[in-house]
Amino acid sequence: MSDHHHKETFVTKYIFSQDHKMISKQFLITGIFMGVIGVFMSMLFRLQLAWPEKSFTIIEAFLGPHQSDGVMSPDIYLALVTIHGTIMVFFVLTAGLSGTFSNLLIPLQIGARDMASGFLNMVSYWLFFLSSIIMVISLFVEAGPASAGWTVYPPLSALPQAIPGSGTGMTLWLVSMAIFIASSLIGSLNYIVTIFNLRTKGMKMTRMPLTMWAFFITAIIGVVSFPVLLSASLLLLFDRSFGTSFFLSDIFIQGEVLHYQGGSPVLYEHLFWFLGHPEVYIVLLPALGITSEVIATNSRKPIFGYRAMIGSIMAIAFLSTIVWGHHMFVSGMNPFLGSVFTFTTLLIAIPSAVKAFNYITTLWKGNLQMNPAMLFSIGLVSTFVTGGLTGLVLGDSALDINVHDTYFVVAHFHLVMGVSAILGMFAGVYHWFPKMYGKMMNKTLGYWHFWLTMISAYGVFFPMHFIGLAGLPRRYYTNTNFPMFDDVADVNVVITLFAILGGVSQIIFLANFFISIYRGKAATQNPWNSNTLEWTTPVEHIHGNWPGKLPEVHRWAYDYSKVDENGEYIHGEDFVLQTVPLKDGEDPS
Amino acid sequence: MLALFYIFIAVAIGVSFWQITRILNFRTVIATDKDNDKQGKYFLWFTAFLYAMMIYCLIFMNVIMLPESASIEGEHDDNLFNITFILIGIVQFIMQFLLFYFAYKYRGKKENKALFYADSHKLEAIWTITPAVVLVVLIGYGLWQWNNIMDLSDAEDPLVVEVYSKQFIWEARYAGDDNSLGRGNVNYIEGANTMGVDMSDLNAQDDKKVSAIEPILYLPKGRKIVFKFRSQDVLHSAYMPHFRAQMNCVPGMVTEFGFTPKFTTDEMRLQSEVVEKTAVINKIRSEKGEDPYEFDYILLCNKICGASHYAMQMKIVVLEQEEFNKWYAEQPTLGEQLAVN
Repeated sequence: MSDHHHKETFVTKYIFSQDHKMISKQFLITGIFMGVIGVFMSMLFRLQLAWPEKSFTIIEAFLGPHQSDGVMSPDIYLALVTIHGTIMVFFVLTAGLSGTFSNLLIPLQIGARDMASGFLNMVSYWLFFLSSIIMVISLFVEAGPASAGWTVYPPLSALPQAIPGSGTGMTLWLVSMAIFIASSLIGSLNYIVTIFNLRTKGMKMTRMPLTMWAFFITAIIGVVSFPVLLSASLLLLFDRSFGTSFFLSDIFIQGEVLHYQGGSPVLYEHLFWFLGHPEVYIVLLPALGITSEVIATNSRKPIFGYRAMIGSIMAIAFLSTIVWGHHMFVSGMNPFLGSVFTFTTLLIAIPSAVKAFNYITTLWKGNLQMNPAMLFSIGLVSTFVTGGLTGLVLGDSALDINVHDTYFVVAHFHLVMGVSAILGMFAGVYHWFPKMYGKMMNKTLGYWHFWLTMISAYGVFFPMHFIGLAGLPRRYYTNTNFPMFDDVADVNVVITLFAILGGVSQIIFLANFFISIYRGKAATQNPWNSNTLEWTTPVEHIHGNWPGKLPEVHRWAYDYSKVDENGEYIHGEDFVLQTVPLKDGEDPS
Repeated sequence: MLALFYIFIAVAIGVSFWQITRILNFRTVIATDKDNDKQGKYFLWFTAFLYAMMIYCLIFMNVIMLPESASIEGEHDDNLFNITFILIGIVQFIMQFLLFYFAYKYRGKKENKALFYADSHKLEAIWTITPAVVLVVLIGYGLWQWNNIMDLSDAEDPLVVEVYSKQFIWEARYAGDDNSLGRGNVNYIEGANTMGVDMSDLNAQDDKKVSAIEPILYLPKGRKIVFKFRSQDVLHSAYMPHFRAQMNCVPGMVTEFGFTPKFTTDEMRLQSEVVEKTAVINKIRSEKGEDPYEFDYILLCNKICGASHYAMQMKIVVLEQEEFNKWYAEQPTLGEQLAVN
């Protein structure tokens, strides 16, 4: 790694690039592509939920053999739900969010020339790309893609006799996920090593921006938990293809007894959720990290309770690895385990509450600059609170019994991890777009995008809690078989209308994003008057990030609006770059 | 026709992109004081929207929610739920207000200065300890209730019922006069023995199976029911929302759940919340020209299990004990049924 320009060909610069900035753009574009597919799928199945078994040209146009006269089949409904979940959770909110911003920001914010291993970083992206391709290919196999729900519980996911999607589609799903996990692990190890070893002079751990802390801890949870999903995927692959019985036992289907003996689906559930729950925080923590940075910058105030924020990130991360059983209260596991998981689960409310209060206090007496990124961050805090609070119902085993697997759960996790994380991702894109592309995004479109997204997010997921409390199970193709649910039909229509509004509004974002790359106003070096190191690099990307020597850090990232005893800004402006040395008598905060 | 549709979508997206570049000046990029002022006020409007929606949902969607618990054990669930819901409602109203009000109140102006306020251990202690104390209460009550529901060891003279699931049917058998179920395994499935009961097990002979022709699960009011769940193919989940009851059915394993029905089906039909909900449903149904609906307890499948997952159900009828006993005595035993076949 050095700061002079290498001779680069088109291939090494744009395709097999080892530069973290290019890799981050590759992650983002791939994530956006997968996001368009995932969101579009949700709009298709929302049509079915609002107007069951009605004919739609759009369904006829996109579902090909999986529909008749524009009415989607129950099998493909389940497939859409499954792939929507898989794509959004893993491909958009894990790789698209963490991959993009960890790659972009880690070297830039800690003052490194690049990731510890540029080569592994490139491998990480291309494995992700390969797994995305395989997942997309699985949509086109004859019997349809995986359709056992995104959690792919066996035996349903193991037996093609049980559901057609458990044939080739499911095999591709497992292969895709195995490659995805490899990508994620290589990426995470790289992030951890980089943050440990390549911080520039003066960048103590306790001076790092909270984004760095969030990405760092996220990478650690990923390394701890993703391998367990890999083993679950491999064992499931063995059960499916080589006749082992890890998860299967005593099965009679289509008139014959299968040979499986002694396995347990509950074991799979344990392995799956050992990743599955930390995954929530793998998705959410980077979004919260981005929000910390955006809120502090745009409030022109230090983030409130920097150390408490780090502490709560760590507490959340630790607790997240010992709460997986709250997804399994009614799985048939020992009720005593349920008690333990209830206890650990509800404890997460404490660090989460600290984070929410600290964000709100950061706004208090600030000088809020309502840039689009700021709006999205405020939106994130709102949905994080709304979605998080219902976690108190779901985490309590006694209450979970009756809302487990109903729309109440769907509403809860979409708000707290889906919407919150995606709002955080948008905040990140609007905030760091100048750093990525050297151009600025249009603010008016940003405002429209935010308000339409926010209104439709609440319009979709707030009423959804109540149809869950009516007892409506999730993953039902239609609820017309139950007269007791006839009164939720109208609510479903409203939800679908908001979902369509929300989905279509994302076109505003896409337009703003792609047009701004070419026609946006040229960015200045530090457009948001921010303190962190990435804004000391030249606008034009260079290999090695800083021309000449690496910057030296003299203070934490949050010296916004620091005044002396006369009430004047100590450094003349309401921000102080981390590279500025302390003045005589200045309190190092 | 379809090709035209694709072209239409592509053109629409293309035109909107083009219009956006024409109309908008891509030079306006950073929020000015005017933007701060406008967006700050929008946050206030948004608060009004959010509050209106929350209040609307809380009041007008109350009627679609489940009626009060029809099991004795579920009463505490309802209590705990109400306590939790009121609590999170209050916190939600306060937090959203503070968030959006601050966004409005402190919207930026050129001449304003933000307050450099980085830390306060006192405040942080308050919002660490307060949730912790509240949680102790919720966790305490929750765990007590969880044990109350899940501990079936102290049930006196319970009625033992096996609920058996397969794609996409529920079956059930009662334990008979000895109140103990005969062994079951998929290897014994043959002909009329659809639940795979081992008929060489002496406990199996007097078991009584729910009729396949009219599959209704009859239960007595006021007697503890202990359910044993089995599945023959994939995971299913036996969800009986009115009783606040749910347990997965896992192939290769027997799972358990128990509750005591509190109202008979007839009593439940007269219960005010049920009457109200039924009226709403029947209004909708009559507009669509469908038969009127009458309240019934129901067992539905709540774990994705294949294409017809959405249709997998069984009716439950709760009778007075004497009525139930009379009905129960009339049912043929499994031994008799299988011998006939």
